[in-house]
Amino acid sequence: MIRSELIQKIAEENPHLYQRDVERIVNTIFEEIIKAMARGDRVELRGFGAFSVKRRDARVGRNPRTGESVDVDQKSVPFFKTGKLLRDRLNGK
Amino acid sequence: MSEKTLTRMDLSEAVFREVGLSRNESAQLVESVLQHISDALASGETVKISSFGTFSVRDKAARIGRNPKTGEEVPIHPRRVLSFRPSHLMKDRVASGDQG
Repeated sequence: MIRSELIQKIAEENPHLYQRDVERIVNTIFEEIIKAMARGDRVELRGFGAFSVKRRDARVGRNPRTGESVDVDQKSVPFFKTGKLLRDRLNGK
Repeated sequence: MSEKTLTRMDLSEAVFREVGLSRNESAQLVESVLQHISDALASGETVKISSFGTFSVRDKAARIGRNPKTGEEVPIHPRRVLSFRPSHLMKDRVASGDQG
């Protein structure tokens, strides 16, 4: 399923809404999650899962081709943990 | 970093502000988006949201695990797990703190 198919499904269930409003609604939800993570916040959606940000410390890496040392800065990376309900559903429980 | 936790309520509040719907209907829409994604994943489908990320279901083989406290061996049954791969856009915005 891709974004446009998701929008289509929501639009079919809500015939009183304009397609372009459904697009705005779906886009707002994803945008809000990214914005929260960009601030360093967590987004916890019970039953579905939680989006959070993990800090990776600065480290000395190595160029695998040349073996040369390179300084890698600390960085923040997005992380998703599946919720219990969804995990159980995937396993047919 | 502020380290706040957002919930469904914050997402529906954002939808409420964006489109002129009631708070109640905004909350229902947030719920149905999550529901559709979950349904697709439960049926084994991959869900690809451009510029957000990709949720995919992976099969894990059975293996022998160990209770770390007692050292006892326990069989771990084959299972399906969800993996989320963030888009480049998400990674970049999270790394740079770009709140758009």
